[in-house]
Amino acid sequence: MITLENVTKVYQTKSGPITAMDDVNLQIKEGEIFGIIGYSGAGKSTLIRTLNGLERPTAGTIHVAGRNITNISGKALRQVRQEIGMIFQHFNLLWSRTVLENITFPLEIAGVPRRNRVQRAKELIKLVGLEGRENAYPSQLSGGQKQRVGIARALANQPKVLLCDEATSALDPETTDSILDLLAKINREFGLTIVIITHEMHVIRKICHRVAVMEEGKIVESGPVMEVFKNPKKEITRRFIGQAMINPDPKPGLDHLIEKYSSGIIVKCIFTGEVAEEPVIANMLRAVPVSVNILQGNISQTQDGSYGTLIVHLDGEEETIKEAIDYLQHHHVGVEVVKNV
Amino acid sequence: MFEILFPNLDLVKAWMKTKETLYMTGVSLIFVFIFGLIIGLLLFLTSEENTRHIRHFRWFVKGVHWALASFVNIFRSIPFVLLIVLLLPVTKSIVGSMIGKEAAIPALVIGTAPFYARMVEIGLREIDKGVIEAAKAMGAGLGTLIFKVLIPEASPAIVSGLTVTAIALVGSTAIAGIIGAGGLGDFAYLDGFLQNKNDVTLFATLVILLIVFIIQFIGDKITKTIDKR
Ligand SMILES: Nc1ncnc2c1ncn2[C@@H]1O[C@H](COP(=O)(O)OP(=O)(O)OP(=O)(O)O)[C@@H](O)[C@H]1O
Ligand SMILES: [Mg+2]
Repeated sequence: MITLENVTKVYQTKSGPITAMDDVNLQIKEGEIFGIIGYSGAGKSTLIRTLNGLERPTAGTIHVAGRNITNISGKALRQVRQEIGMIFQHFNLLWSRTVLENITFPLEIAGVPRRNRVQRAKELIKLVGLEGRENAYPSQLSGGQKQRVGIARALANQPKVLLCDEATSALDPETTDSILDLLAKINREFGLTIVIITHEMHVIRKICHRVAVMEEGKIVESGPVMEVFKNPKKEITRRFIGQAMINPDPKPGLDHLIEKYSSGIIVKCIFTGEVAEEPVIANMLRAVPVSVNILQGNISQTQDGSYGTLIVHLDGEEETIKEAIDYLQHHHVGVEVVKNV
Repeated sequence: MFEILFPNLDLVKAWMKTKETLYMTGVSLIFVFIFGLIIGLLLFLTSEENTRHIRHFRWFVKGVHWALASFVNIFRSIPFVLLIVLLLPVTKSIVGSMIGKEAAIPALVIGTAPFYARMVEIGLREIDKGVIEAAKAMGAGLGTLIFKVLIPEASPAIVSGLTVTAIALVGSTAIAGIIGAGGLGDFAYLDGFLQNKNDVTLFATLVILLIVFIIQFIGDKITKTIDKR
């Protein structure tokens, strides 16, 4: 659906050139929710803005919905933009228009007759759950409601792709979740391809199918969300994953606990997918005569299932401990040794 | 009571002069609105930050911006009294006369439109950049952008700017009156001051104040109703 090939974007500024995108290659499939995560200044906004021609790449090629949009301009560009919806961190609604009029705006641009415009806008208002507010002005709405208007407006022309630039960053956690649920629902019901830019791993974890991690203009890691969570390759990715878990890494308190053991082994077990929902530890205890003490654990939900970590102390004969670890690995639990006493 | 306060006042003439002032202000204001809005929009659209994306003929756009900005700055700086005198030949060729209420209009428009254009430009610059970008992302062309985004989103500034401009225009018509354009300025000067009839001057002043207050009141009301921010 979207392909970026060797895309580079250099801004010429007074203080010299800034490379916002550095040889980016990316493939986004039809119907998926693709997340791009990175810290401030990584070039995420620049990337998403090249997808609808708000920014022109310095080098490379960009295809969206089967069309090469790298260098188009004028009428052709405006035409393509009508097929790409976009929502923004600060909503960017026209304050001079009501909710209904904001949603009909892209339809006016597309030249849809008035009667059909209003009808379509009413459908969208229903879809995003804003019935009864059609005649309110944006200033009378909450942030979450404004973003719902933004989403309705972006969907008005039945786009093939929806671009979201930090669409939930100005919202509180609960509102964020409700907006993410709405996006996931739209993706499911209409098979709409969604590209999400964020600096919150929570957003990726909750609704994205695949993720790309961006740092200094480069994509440093990408893949299915589950795999990236399970097996992060880069330090930056680990930091983002840490942000998504409640208690991701051994904390000083845990170190203190670990110190107390004078025998056995301390391991971190990583459960992904279905394994996270099975009583693997209990089954292991039945099979292997090892003693287990749970030091810390947590679990979180992603689009493809659960992801959890458990830090345990295993004690017993050296042979038994080895047997226990084998048992876990055999049952698809990742095992990392934290400390071998 | 009225006769005691204003013994020398010819009410019929005062009314006629008031109508002249309203006419000059009204007609000029229409032209100022049209020219000011166009120049203000052009200044905004040709500004550095809005033309960064242009790939062809950028020098031309920059030239237009420079010419407009110079025009605005020069004509905004020339004192109105001098402008009338300087523009006498222009006035003559447009209106065909150098005195009378029509004769003041070209000078009033040329003197005031740049002032209003700047206010329009400032109003446009205050529009949230994100909103303009959102409209572009939806595929809006230049016409849509101007008529459905820029003007509506800047409308409170456009109207309140017009209010201030209208009030400045009333003041300018009074100056124009002294040079022979008629209206309340001419009334206060010729019929009042020169004939030593202070009551006439005072009355003309009061009428001008009243006009200013009414304009301010109406302007504020409109600004308030259209501002939904
Ligand atoms: N119009 C511009 N002119 C010059 N430099 C720019 C421009 N836009 C972005 N940059 C620079 O490009 C780099 C990437 O910016 P970008 O906005 O894409 O980052 P981001 O990942 O979206 O960050 P944030 O999370 O803060 O939004 C930054 O160093 C920024 O300063
Ligand atoms: Mg950004």
